[in-house]
Amino acid sequence: MELELLVKQFQDKNHVAFEKLYGMYHKSIHGVVYNIVKDTAIADELMQDVFIKAWHKADTYSSKKGRFFTWILNIARNAAIDKTRSKAFKQSRKNLNTDYFVDIIASHDNLDNSTDAIGIKTFVTQLGEKCKAVIELLYFKGFTQKEASEELQMPLGTIKTRNRNCIQQLRDMVL
Amino acid sequence: MDINAYIESGILELYVAGKLPETENEEIYQRLKQHPELLQEVEAIESAVVKLTAAASPRAKGYASIKARLNAEDSKVVELQPRKTNWISYTGWAASILLAAGLVWTLNQNSDLEQELQTADIENQYLETQIEDARTDLAATKNLLDVIRDREIIAVPLGGQGEFATSFAKVYWNKANNTIYLDGEGLPSAPEGKVWQVWSLTLNPLTPTSLGTIDDFNTDDNKIFTIANTNESQAFGITLEPEGGSVSPTMEQLYTLGVVNTES
Repeated sequence: MELELLVKQFQDKNHVAFEKLYGMYHKSIHGVVYNIVKDTAIADELMQDVFIKAWHKADTYSSKKGRFFTWILNIARNAAIDKTRSKAFKQSRKNLNTDYFVDIIASHDNLDNSTDAIGIKTFVTQLGEKCKAVIELLYFKGFTQKEASEELQMPLGTIKTRNRNCIQQLRDMVL
Repeated sequence: MDINAYIESGILELYVAGKLPETENEEIYQRLKQHPELLQEVEAIESAVVKLTAAASPRAKGYASIKARLNAEDSKVVELQPRKTNWISYTGWAASILLAAGLVWTLNQNSDLEQELQTADIENQYLETQIEDARTDLAATKNLLDVIRDREIIAVPLGGQGEFATSFAKVYWNKANNTIYLDGEGLPSAPEGKVWQVWSLTLNPLTPTSLGTIDDFNTDDNKIFTIANTNESQAFGITLEPEGGSVSPTMEQLYTLGVVNTES
């Protein structure tokens, strides 16, 4: 399988493989950290840090632990959350705006005019409040199922099935 | 195992989100290996999430931005290059030093010139004063010349008397305005405590009338003195008298005497 090979080459410090993986995921990583820090420049820097870190920690990844994307997504969320906890960051953004990913996506004018982009924009504007909240917490903020259930005051199982439905809608739009 | 029920449970979405316990992750990994349709499902979920998260990025930099950082890290031994002489920097500094020196020099020149200008101004003023003085002198001299040339003037030479034969004087008498101009150039300076006294004389009988003493004789430059004379003088004489003058002339000290030539 191609991805598996790519990851394997990446773990062998193959620059070409790394560049490919970067091309596949860097926008997502940037989107996730931006959604947390809400600052383009900081997000730029964090995204770079995330990939550099992935490069150095490449040998710690194992497909047994999960998907490569999931692995790097975790690194990104942790880095971004660490950043928001830093003193300098807190001082610089006392009133961090509370936009969710939906607001960010909906307010973008500069999305490339691909069908994906249009689909996603349509998706988020049509998305129910519960869906927005679940996706925000599980994918952007890295909440566990349990944490999300407490945050949204929903039963554990409901989080799971609702999330499944929401992602299903997204797939219908973009895939 | 019911594959569809497993898919519908939503566990795979959580798997992609990455917050399942490690044991569960490994379990799923094994199932993905066994059931390609599960892997397909996971890939679809992942693909959708990748697109969604990417859409939340206002912009993202290309690989080039990170490649530079990686390359910098990869080249572990950084060769120390001999420092290149930075000619641009040096010439820059040299130019600015030259410029600064030039400015200082110019400022100095300027203050020197200002000082010279001031000196020239003072000299100018001094010269102007001299010219002014010369003009005044010239005017005075012209005035004197005019007086002497006047048709109405009677010139009376006063000759030296007795032991004072070397002395002489001249009187220019303007009857019209009752003034005499005495030219005392031929008289010595009056000794201390003494003063020249001018007399108007009538001859028959000999009657002297004092026309006054010349107190500033020694200090006067041109030795020409203007004296009022309303008398019908027939002669003029000058005697050396004690300071303050005398009522009548001391004849032993009569230095010069001249008779008015009435015929002229």
